[in-house]
Parts: sequence; C-alpha cells; structure tokens
Amino acid sequence: MNYSDFLYMRPELSLIAVTIVLLLFDLFTGAKVRAKYMHPLACVLLLLHIVLNVFPMHEDVSLFGSMYQSNTITGIVKSVLAVSTFIVFLQGYNWLKREDTRHKQGEFYVLTLSTLIGMNFMLSAGHFLMFFLGLELAAVPMACLIAFDKYKHHSAEAGAKYILSSLFSSGLMLYGISFIYGTVGTLYFDDVAGGLTGSPLQIMALVFFFSGLGFKISLVPFHLWTADVYQGAPTAVTSYLSVVSKGAGAFALMIILFKVFAPMYAQWQEILFWVIIASITIANLFAIRQNNLKRFLAFSSISQAGYIMLGVIAGNAEGMTSLIYYILVYMVANFAAFGVINVIEQKSGGKVNMSDYDGLYKTNPKLSFIMTLSLFSLAGIPPFAGFFSKFFIFMSAFSAGFHVLVFIALVNTIISLYYYLKVVKAMYINKSDSPIATLRSDGYTRAGLALCTAGILLLGLISAVYDSINCFAFGM
Amino acid sequence: MEYTILILLLPLFSFVLLGLTGMKMKPAIAGMIGTVVLGAVLVLSYYTAFDYFSAGRDASGCYPTLMPYNPTWLPFTETLNISLGILLDPISVMMLIVISTVSFMVHIYSFGYMKGEKGFQRYYAFLSLFTMSMLGLVVATNIFQMYLFWELVGVSSYLLIGFYYTKKEAIAASKKAFIVTRFADLGFLIGILFYGYYAGTFSFTPQLQALATAGAIIPLSLGLMFIGGAGKSAMFPLHIWLPDAMEGPTPVSALIHAATMVVAGVYLVARMFPLFIGYAPEVLHWVAYIGAFTAFYAAAVACVQSDIKRVLAFSTISQIGFMMVALGVCTSSDPHDGGLGYMASMFHLFTHAMFKALLFLGAGCIIHAVHSNEMSTMGGLRKYMPITHITFLIACLAIAGIVPFSGFFSKDEILTACFGFSPVMGWVMSIIAAMTAFYMFRLYYGIFWGKENKELHAAHHPHEAPLSMTVPLIILAAVTCVAGFIPFGEFISSDGQAYAIHLDKQVAITSTCISVVSILFATFMYAREKQPVADKLASTFKGLHKAAYHRFYIDEIYQFVTHKIIFRCISTPIAWFDRHVIDQFMNFMAWSTNACSEEIRGLQSGNVQQYARVFLSGALLLLIILLLI
Repeated sequence: MNYSDFLYMRPELSLIAVTIVLLLFDLFTGAKVRAKYMHPLACVLLLLHIVLNVFPMHEDVSLFGSMYQSNTITGIVKSVLAVSTFIVFLQGYNWLKREDTRHKQGEFYVLTLSTLIGMNFMLSAGHFLMFFLGLELAAVPMACLIAFDKYKHHSAEAGAKYILSSLFSSGLMLYGISFIYGTVGTLYFDDVAGGLTGSPLQIMALVFFFSGLGFKISLVPFHLWTADVYQGAPTAVTSYLSVVSKGAGAFALMIILFKVFAPMYAQWQEILFWVIIASITIANLFAIRQNNLKRFLAFSSISQAGYIMLGVIAGNAEGMTSLIYYILVYMVANFAAFGVINVIEQKSGGKVNMSDYDGLYKTNPKLSFIMTLSLFSLAGIPPFAGFFSKFFIFMSAFSAGFHVLVFIALVNTIISLYYYLKVVKAMYINKSDSPIATLRSDGYTRAGLALCTAGILLLGLISAVYDSINCFAFGM
Repeated sequence: MEYTILILLLPLFSFVLLGLTGMKMKPAIAGMIGTVVLGAVLVLSYYTAFDYFSAGRDASGCYPTLMPYNPTWLPFTETLNISLGILLDPISVMMLIVISTVSFMVHIYSFGYMKGEKGFQRYYAFLSLFTMSMLGLVVATNIFQMYLFWELVGVSSYLLIGFYYTKKEAIAASKKAFIVTRFADLGFLIGILFYGYYAGTFSFTPQLQALATAGAIIPLSLGLMFIGGAGKSAMFPLHIWLPDAMEGPTPVSALIHAATMVVAGVYLVARMFPLFIGYAPEVLHWVAYIGAFTAFYAAAVACVQSDIKRVLAFSTISQIGFMMVALGVCTSSDPHDGGLGYMASMFHLFTHAMFKALLFLGAGCIIHAVHSNEMSTMGGLRKYMPITHITFLIACLAIAGIVPFSGFFSKDEILTACFGFSPVMGWVMSIIAAMTAFYMFRLYYGIFWGKENKELHAAHHPHEAPLSMTVPLIILAAVTCVAGFIPFGEFISSDGQAYAIHLDKQVAITSTCISVVSILFATFMYAREKQPVADKLASTFKGLHKAAYHRFYIDEIYQFVTHKIIFRCISTPIAWFDRHVIDQFMNFMAWSTNACSEEIRGLQSGNVQQYARVFLSGALLLLIILLLI
C-alpha cells in the first residue's frame, strides 16, 4: 500500500481533521471561551480547508482497489461545496449565538462538517457501498441538524419527517443496488458499467437507485418531505439543505449516471424526461400559493432541481459544464435569499411570511435589494448570473435534441417569474402599517451576503468562470 | 500598449463615482473630478498616438493594427464570438485624439456655461459616460462590441439631450432622438446578425473563404449596417432628430451632436471600408448619393433658419453628408486611383470636429450673453464679445473653405475625390460648398453685424463670456488655423501606405473662388443694418422660403405617417386585438394555472405515510413507463 495515495484524499482528510479539532475544542474548553471563539475558529478552519484544496488535482486517480476515485471535476465540486458550507457558517452566526442555541453551537459545526464529509465520499465513491456509506453519512447528521431547535414543535416534527422519509428512500435504493449486484455480480462502478445490458431487473435497479437520489435532490414525486422540512428546520439548516445537500446530490447523480449507467442512457433519459416535467411544473404550481417564504423557497428549489436535471439529461460535456455552472449560480442566489430571510427571522422574532415583508423596502432598502437580486437571478432575468446559467443549461438540452422539454421549461420560467416577482412586489409596492423595523445585521452575515451579491452580479459577466469549468467537463 | 485600457476605465470610473456619490459633492468638486479624469484620458490618448505612430510602419509599409486587449467574452463557435477589447489602427487613434480633445474642451467650457445649473454633478457624470462610450466605440475590436458601445452612446446622448428634464421640448427632443436612432439601429443589428451568421464572425477582418460563401448577403448586411450609421449620422431621411437635439445644453451639442457621436456613422463606414470596397462597391456609391442629397437638403434648410443652433445643426448634417460622399465616391483602395475619398473623409472628420465644436461653443457664449437662440435678439455683437467674434470668424472661414484654415484642405480633398468619381458629383458638391459659405456668413453677419437689437441689448448688456469658456475657444481656433497643414495622408490612407497630399490646383482655385463669391454675396445681403436684397428675395420666393424654413415639411410628413397612418390604421386595431384576444387568453392561462394549483393542494398533506405512498407509487409509475411503454 502506498501511503502517498492518502494525499489524493486531501479534501476528505482535512475535513475530518477540522471536525476532530472542533469536536475537541467543544469538549475541553470552558463555556465562556467556547461562546467567544467557537464560531471564528470554525470559520477559520473551514477557510483553511478551502484554501488547502482550492486547486484540484489534474489527474484521474483510483485508490484503494478503486473504492475511491477522484478527478478534477469532483475536486472542483468539492471546493464549491466547501465554500457553500462556509457561507452557511457565516449566515448561521446570528442564530447560533442566540441564548437557546449558544451552548450547543459546537454540535452544529461538527454535524454540518460530518454531512459534508459524507457528500465528499459520495462524490468520490468508486463502489456502490462506498457511495451508500457517504449518502448515509450525509443523511443521518442532517436529521439532527433539522431537529436542532428540538424544543420547537416544527423543528422536531421536521426532523422526524426527514429521517423517516430518508430511511424509506435509502431502503428503496438499497433494494435497487441489490438488483445490480444480482444481475452484474459486482458493485464496483467500473465493472458494473461493463455489465449493464438494460434487462428489466436492471431497469428496476435504475429506477430505485434513481428514486433514492431523487429524494436527496427533491425531485417530484420524491419531494413531498421538502416543504415541511424546509419550513420546520432552522433557516441556516434549510439553506444548507437546499443548496449544499441538493447540489451534492445532483453532482453525484450526474457522475453515476454518466459513469455507471452510461449503457442505459436511453432509459435514464426517459426517467429524467418525466421527472423534469413533473418537478418543474408541479413545484411551480405549488409555489404560486405559498405564503410562508421558507415553504415558498422549498418549492422554488424543487423546480430549480428540475432545471438542474436538464444539464444531466443532455448527457454531453456542455451539459456537465452548464450543470456545474447552474448549481454555482443557484447557490449564490439561494444563499442570498435565505440569508435575508434568516436575518429578518432572527431579528424580528420569527417573521417568515410574505405579508410580513410588505413595505420592507422603506425600512430595509439594502436587504430588499439583495433579496430582489437573488430572486431576479433565480427567475433568470438578465444581466444577473441566473440568466446565463439558464441560457447555458437550456442550450445544452436543446442541442441534445430535447426541444419539447426545453419549451416546457421555458413556459415554466414564465410562471416562476410570477411568484418570484410577488415577493418583490410585496417588498417594494405593497404598503404596510407595521413594516419590519430597520435592522442592523452583524459582520458575519454581512460578509456572507456581500459574497453572494458579488456572485450574483459577477458570475454571469465574467466568462472565465464558465470557460474554466468547461475545460474539465466530460460527457458520456 | 496595455495602458490604453485606462482610456476606457478612467471615464467609466468617474461616471460611477459621480453617478453614485456626485449629488453629495459640491458641484465644483464633481466637475473638477470629471475634468481631471478627462485630462488624464487626454494625455493618455495623445501618448497613445505618439507611441503608435512613432513605432513606425511594418514591412508592408502600413501602420500595424494592434490589439493590446481582446479577451473573448462570449464564444459561440470557433470563429464566431463576442470579444471586448481595444483595437488600435490609424483611424481609431485619430478618433481617440478627436474625442478626447473636444471632450476635454467641453469639460472645461461647461464650468462656465453650466455654472449654477441644477444637476451640475449629474451633467458631469453623463459627460463621463458619453466619453467612455464613444471611446469604446472607436476602439472596438469587432462589430458587436461597436454595437454595444453604439447603443451606450445613444443612451448617453438621450440623457444629455433631456438634461433639462423639466422642459417639455427637451423631453420630446430626447425621446425623438432616441427613437429615431434606435429605429435605425434595428437595421444595424439585423445587418450584424446577417454578417455574423453568414460570414461566421463578428470580426472586421473576416476570412476570405467565409466571405466567398456568404456571397450576396455581404452587400445586404453592409447596407443594413449603413442604415444604423445613417441614423446616428443624421442622413436624410433619418436626420429629423438632430435639429431637435439642440434642446440639450450647448456644450453637449458641441461634443455629441457636432464633433463626435454624429460622425459615428462615417466612422462605421470607414471601419467597414475594406469590405465595402471589396464586396459591395455599389452600396458604397449609394452611400455617396444619400450623402450628397443630405448635404444639399441640409444646406438649403440652413440658409433660412433663424435659430443659430439650428443653423449649426443643419450645417453639421450637411458636412457629415460631405464625409459620406467622400467615402462613397471611392472606387478602389488605392489612394492614387479612386481611393482618395477615404483619406479626405477622415481628414474632414478631423478638421470638422474641431471647427464645428468651436462654432457650437462660440454659439454657447452668444446664447450665454443674450439668453436666446434667435438671431433677431443678436446683431452687432462684435463690439461686446471680441474673442467670441474672432474665433467664430475663424471657424466660419474654415468651414467655408478659405486658405489657410483647416477646412480648406480637407474640403479640397473631398472635392478632388468627387471630381475623380464623376464631374457631376464634383460640381454638385462644389455648389453645396458654395451654399455652405453663404449660410455660414449669413449666420456670422446676423450675429455680429447686421441689425442690432438695441432695445434688448440696452436692457441686458451683452458681455464677453468668462475665461473658462473663452480659453477652449482660443485653443480650438488655434487648432483650426494649423490643422490643415498636418500631413494627414502620412497617417491615414485607404490602403495604409503613406500618401503625400497634394492640392489639385484647378479644384482648389475653383472652390476658393466659389466660396469667396458666396461670402461676398452674403456680405452684400446681410452685413448692413438694412437688408433690402434679403427681404426682397424672401418675399419673391415666399413659398420656397417658407418650405425651407419648415425644413421642407419632413417632420410633418413623419407626423402624418406615424400618427395618421400607422397609429390609426395599424396600432389601434392591434391594440384592440391585444386587449380583447391576447389579454383574455393570458387571463385564461393564469386562471387555469391557479385552478390547477388549487386542485393539487391535497397532495401536500403533511402526512408522512402518504408521502411514502406517493414516493413508492411514483417510482413504480416510472418503472411501468420504462418497462411497458
């Protein structure tokens, strides 16, 4: 065994190290020190991790009997996920320092980083069991995070719903994996790809496996947990769930469909075809009627997941690039939206309804502006990044011949414009007798929001971002 | 020459700075920031020119075309992409000098002219924006970048024409300018898209085989692009916005509507000149015919206008017509044989920018003194405003084409080129040149000599403008005196080789004689207190005079066509269709979407068991689709 192989696992190893340091710090320091230094320490360590891994390796490696595989694209994706987690840490500050959560904030970092480690393994897995382990490592601590405010009815209920739904989907996925083993006789990705023929059993395997990941990405019809969980979970966790967890799931799905299920291309394209239509349309129809902003963003994120899958269905290198780019852009926009919601919720005593936002512009022009930017970007209005990401992803699906699908997606963007603008209208046009008072947010939150705003404005205009992703993308 | 990027970034910076924080500054500080930044741009532009021309010619005897920056912004295919960068070649460097010089003069001048105006800071912010856009336009590395900045120039022009936004005429004029030029730009855009689609590139120098396959599309797309150029350069019949644009502050008229933006169309044709000459010479000749007609029309109208800024506006249109004609009469790219017009046009663009800016700035001083644009409020001003008088006279002599002022040399080259094309064109243009001399001196005498409006001048004593306004006048007048002696052909010619300018004696003498006679005629008619000849002529040709005064009713025709025909016969029925059919259909769509959303509510019950059921049935449904269908 060559120990230098471990070097290729830098992203995972350094995350584990960070987690252990935080765990020890949490255990062995006094309450005062902890309250003061825990958050900065977590941020600095994670930043260190990001810096250490910011330049992904430029070769394909396969370690430990090809249990672990890594290449530049997964390296980029891991960096993106780590940066996103960093933004969650920044945003979580004003929630974590609250009286009722302060004493257990250490758990938040450790749990979050554990799920991140799980996602990293999921992305780098070379074997179905390895993949499943990563998936579970990402799911179980997530349930704890969702139930973090456990004395709150909503939060506890959401945690329970999540863990139950997650178990159910994992069961189904394992069932699917067992079919793979049954028909191919191996679970190594490289070998499975050679053994797939498209027999009915293998189709069952594909569908069940897909539904397990569909749950993670919250695609219709595996999405029903989403709204309840997003609403119940603490907002920082919701934003983590909606961005990092979903992003990791989408990447993993793409990698496995491209690498492992490539011979069953026609089948999974058909699955995706129906799932995309259902996700975009149904989620849009639900989103129209929401008044709770967190639920609203839950449905918005389901329809965004549908758009993300357009990059997968294209199956070409262009699709892969546009998918990664789309997720990147979606991340900054969604983080900005959740960041604003989080600030307002924490500072105004839990106001998350759309009607609470009436007249927000008068009292909090900057927050309203950031919210507007993020919603515009989500809706895909030029010149914000969201327009370009939608443009590229539609282009890739269109060039792969999915004309009907792109048309349906386009119609749905128009519907989505309606509900995104509804929030903007509430903030700018609706009048309110008792608008939310003028707020001052802390430095961490500001830094997080500034980062997101810069992303929304610049990601679309700086062509180097797309180009550099494009260099490493591969199709089927 | 990487520093050239600063030429664009500096004014952008001052625009952002003044736009965001200007209103919190003192006006003088805001103006100072704008002016200092522009001064830096001026220095950089001159240094660029020095650097560029002193680097010398390459092996083929041409100045090289440099692109210090040209990053790809949006790639479509291997060859078709949108880049944003900086292109330096003789004409773009020449334009850098013209723009930065005039813009700097206007910045200084505005200190005096705009003093105390509300929105002084906003004014300087817009000036910075305009300068940035115009500089970006001339250094564009491809036709698409040119289009981007072309539109930016249009926007800043719109903002500056409508600067006095409480004035109704200003609002109407700004809208008119924007809509007319936008309408023309539609042609430009379609031309660009055709060009991009068929030639497979947005570059100015496409590959030859790509052009060969594009075939007949190239003349068409060049023609469409020229429509855009005709809109910006106020060629007939798209000229109607320019006279109205005089509602903007006078320094703005000097900068945008005399020296820089309005020649963008000429610049466009010059930029595409190799393509025009190689693939669409017949389109190029149409450019000449349109230019000649415009020049004649505008000169005729200018002879009878009474608003001094309008006279100058029509004279600008007429002079741009000259430049277009000069480009249009080219028959080859060899300056010794049919390609002289290219150089002549650029030369005239250069000299015209200087003396026309001078005329407008002088007019600004006069308006500043008498608070009116009407000639009837002036007369005899030479006693009160000596500096303005002398500089204005120099500019008038230049535009009339009198030796040794700059206009003589450039106009002479144009006329030579025209005679080379066909004697008819040569004589037509000579006659228009005579008209130019006539109406300019009519204007000059009307302002500085003629019948003085003593009543008004007694009530409000006219005075010379402050130093900040007269200094730019003097500088520009000095330039006008010497610019003609620049060996222009050394720097710019149609094939890039050095070309020694030599005067065609026959043409030079004829045109000078014609100009002198016109001036004498104008002197005879307008220089004295009483003007019996002028009055008599006006009353004899009453109909013609009135028609010319009303600009031959072109605006009225537009009004009639748009309001009576298009609005009434097309827009109204479409509006009805839109309201009753399309809106209703949309309402139905919205209603049905809403209804659907209401129907499927039950799916989201909050019940986990049901979630699991849906999950499983969804998976099974997919399975059934895959296995059975």
